[in-house]
Parts: sequence; structure tokens; C-alpha cells
Amino acid sequence: MTAKIVIKDLYKSFGPKKVLQGLNLEVEQGESVVVIGGSGTGKSVLLKCILGLLHPDSGEIFVDGQPTVRLRGSERAEMMAKFGMLFQGAALFDSLPVWQNVSFGLIQGQGMKLPEAKRVAIETLGKVGLGADVADLTPAELSGGMQKRVGLARAIAARPEILFFDEPTTGLDPIMSDVINQLIAERVRDLGATALSITHDMASARKIADRIVMLYHGKIIWQGKTAEIDQSGNPYVDQFIHGRAEGPIQMEVRAS
Amino acid sequence: MGDILATIGRPALAFFASVGRLFLFAGVSLSHIVRLPFYGRLVLRQMMLIGYNSLPVVGLTALFTGMVLALQSHTGFAGLGGDSAVALLVVLSVTRELGPVIAGLMVAGRVGAAIAAELGTMSVTDQIAALSTLSTNPYKYLVVPRLLAGVITMPLLVVIADIIGILGGYVVAIYLLDYNPSSYLHQTWMALKTPDVVSGLIKAAVFGFIVTLMGCYHGYHSRGGAQGVGSATTNAVVSSSIVILLMDYLLTSVFFS
Repeated sequence: MTAKIVIKDLYKSFGPKKVLQGLNLEVEQGESVVVIGGSGTGKSVLLKCILGLLHPDSGEIFVDGQPTVRLRGSERAEMMAKFGMLFQGAALFDSLPVWQNVSFGLIQGQGMKLPEAKRVAIETLGKVGLGADVADLTPAELSGGMQKRVGLARAIAARPEILFFDEPTTGLDPIMSDVINQLIAERVRDLGATALSITHDMASARKIADRIVMLYHGKIIWQGKTAEIDQSGNPYVDQFIHGRAEGPIQMEVRAS
Repeated sequence: MGDILATIGRPALAFFASVGRLFLFAGVSLSHIVRLPFYGRLVLRQMMLIGYNSLPVVGLTALFTGMVLALQSHTGFAGLGGDSAVALLVVLSVTRELGPVIAGLMVAGRVGAAIAAELGTMSVTDQIAALSTLSTNPYKYLVVPRLLAGVITMPLLVVIADIIGILGGYVVAIYLLDYNPSSYLHQTWMALKTPDVVSGLIKAAVFGFIVTLMGCYHGYHSRGGAQGVGSATTNAVVSSSIVILLMDYLLTSVFFS
């Protein structure tokens, strides 16, 4: 059986800036993989390429064995129905109340009737620890942590097979970060979903990952089980997980 | 010499590239109009926002335009045949030109800017990307309803602008310039021709398309936070105003040549 997501030789540049330089990655069915790496190493670009929001220069991405890079129109839409994503800034629709945000994919994608959609939305909000009272608020009335929870509820509402998390804890305090990490780990487990997350928060990576992958200069330089990361023997990984300024990774202070 | 050519060439290339992107964007958007699903409720909502909410602005500008036309033509035509020329000039200018153009420019400022700011903010906060992860095509959900609403409501706005503009001319002619009401009305009626009104309404539909297309295009492609949204808004208003005046000339030369 092939892996759920297979990425082969992915290249992507923006003008002279080479972001992904021959990236290879496999994510097994039901596995939670976390990609770590510094800012600007191509983590977000990787997710956007898989979702089809960016078009890679070369390489191929297989989902359930099906090549996806050249999918368009209704075939692309069908493939996207397998995915749920939590965006870095939550990316809630600020013109809609919370419950319509949560059940958006159900109403628009599957044509679910509004009363039923509201019931599902409230049930899903319950799974991320929010009460029915927030359902009628607008996203602007929520705190950052609550917006992230609503974003998580929206990502899981249609019970997708694959979940993506883009920097799920950025901008949250350590306690709220842990709450979100806990929720992500639980929800991924009871959906039995395949999860791919990107983060530079090691606490988050340790909590939600089965396997950790380190990205550096557009390539994967280390991967292994979460428990093995402290004995990786890789100086790049050691520098990153301990957050040292000194080491083989030189921060690009100037934009190149 | 090479420097001079490069200085001319680079902006020219950038200009043609953006014109190309605009046509591609328009093509993709139009192709989504005829494909399901169709969000009828969103079209109605946009018709309210674009059409109904623009009524006060368009009505007021049309009123003052009709009034000033009567006043100007009265002083201009003094000694050249008087009142018959005033009614004719007001009717022709309002229905053929000023109704659609002024309504188009006002809607560009009001609606084009609002669309660009809304879609721009959605773009920089990943809301447009989020739509496509929720089985919803952003062209169908965001762009198509606005384009349709623009094309449908602009002619309706211009019908109202025509009526109010001609009324403005009437008010000035009768109450300020002491024209005879019944003969002024008769001359207005004689001057009113179907082709003039219809050509104005076709222009209006084209302008509605231009305003909403420019708003959507610049908003959709805005990058780089608040500053990007700001420049998208400016570009939407400036480019749609210029293209409205350009298309006005081209359409006039087609209709009345």
C-alpha cells in the first residue's frame, strides 16, 4: 500500500529565490508528521503546493496514489474535499457568524440545510471546547485563542481524511498553545486522519507529531520518530531544538 | 541608449503583463458564470450593496448635472433660439453621456473601492485560500456574484439617473429661467429617442462590468498587508475610471458613427 501523501522532487522558486530544492516526503495513512524549520525555509510554500494554491516548478505530489499537480476545476475540487486546514491567522470569514464559518464547507460544498448545519456547527464547537453561546458571535468578537479553536472546528467539521496545520500555536500564550496542541492531537486521533503540520514551536511539534521532519534550505535534512529527536546526532537539528544562535544554521539577517 | 530603451521597455512590459493577467482573470471569471453551482442569494445581496445603496449618490449627482446643464445651455444659447435648444441639450446629454458616465464614475468610487478593499483583506488574511480548502471556488463565490450584480444594477441605476437628471433640468428651466412648462415638456418629449436611451443603458452595463471586474481583480491580487490593500483600492478606482472614459468614447463611436 502506498503512502497517503507522497511528494517527489519538489522544486519551487520565486524569481531568484529558490525556496524548495528537491523536496521528498511521504506521509503514511493515519500518521501525524510535523515539519520543523526556521522562518523562510519553505514550510508554508510546501503546504500551499500540496493544496494547489501555488504551482510547483517541477516535481509531483501524489494523494492516495493520484498525481495532483496538474489537477484543475472539478477534479481539483474533488481532491480538496479530502483536506481540512487550520490557517496561521485562523482566516475566518469575518462577514459570517461563527457557526456559519464552522459549517461553511458543509453548507457550500455538500449543500447541507441551514438548521442541520447549525446543529453540526454547535456539536463541532463542543469538540474544541467552545459553548453554543459563541455560535452567533462574529469572528472579530473572539480572542486569538478562540479564533484558532473556531478555525480548528471549521477544519474538522466535514470530517476530512487529511488535516493541515499551519503554525497552529503562533501568537498564543504557552498555556493556550498547549490547549490547542492537545485539541489537535485528540481531534486528529478520533478522526483517524492523516495530519501534516508546520511549526517552529518545538513544544507543539513534540505534542502532536508521530514523526518529525526538519526542513533546511528547501530540503529535508533529518527525519525520525518524535522520541528520537533528542538523540538525532544532527548538529542542525540540535541547534534548532535548543534554540541556539551559534551553530551550523546561519540566520539570514538580510533578505536575499 | 540601451538605458533609455530599458527604461521605456520595462514599464511597457509590466503594463502588458498586467493587461494580460486582467484578461485571463476576466476569462476565468466569465467561464465560472455559466458553470454550477450558482450562488443566487449572493447575487441578490451584491445587487443590494452595489445598486440600491448607490441610489442616493447617483441620484444627487444626476440631479445637479441636469440642473447645471439647463443653466449652462440657457446662458450659452441666449439669442440663439432659446428654450427648444435647452430641453434638447439636457435630454441628449443626460441619456447618451452624462447619466451613464457620471453614474459609472460614482459607482467606481463607491463600489469599486469597497470591493477591492474587501477582497484585498480576504486575500492577505488567507480567507480566499481558506475558501478553496472548503470545497468552494473563490471565483464563483466572490467574483461572479459581484460581476453579475454590477452588470444588472448599473442599467437600473442609470434609468433612475436619467429621470432625475432630466427632472433637474426641468426644475431649473421652469422655476429659475421662467420657461413655459407645457412647451418645455413637449420639447423634452420630442427630444427623447429610444436609441439614445438604449445606448446609454448598454454603456451602463459595460461600466458596471468594468467597475466590478477592476475591484475584484485588484482586490484578489493584492499582496503585502495593509499597504497592499490600500494600493489595490486606489488602483481599482483609478483604472476603472480611466477604462470607463475610454470605453465611453469607443462605444459612442460605434453607436453614433
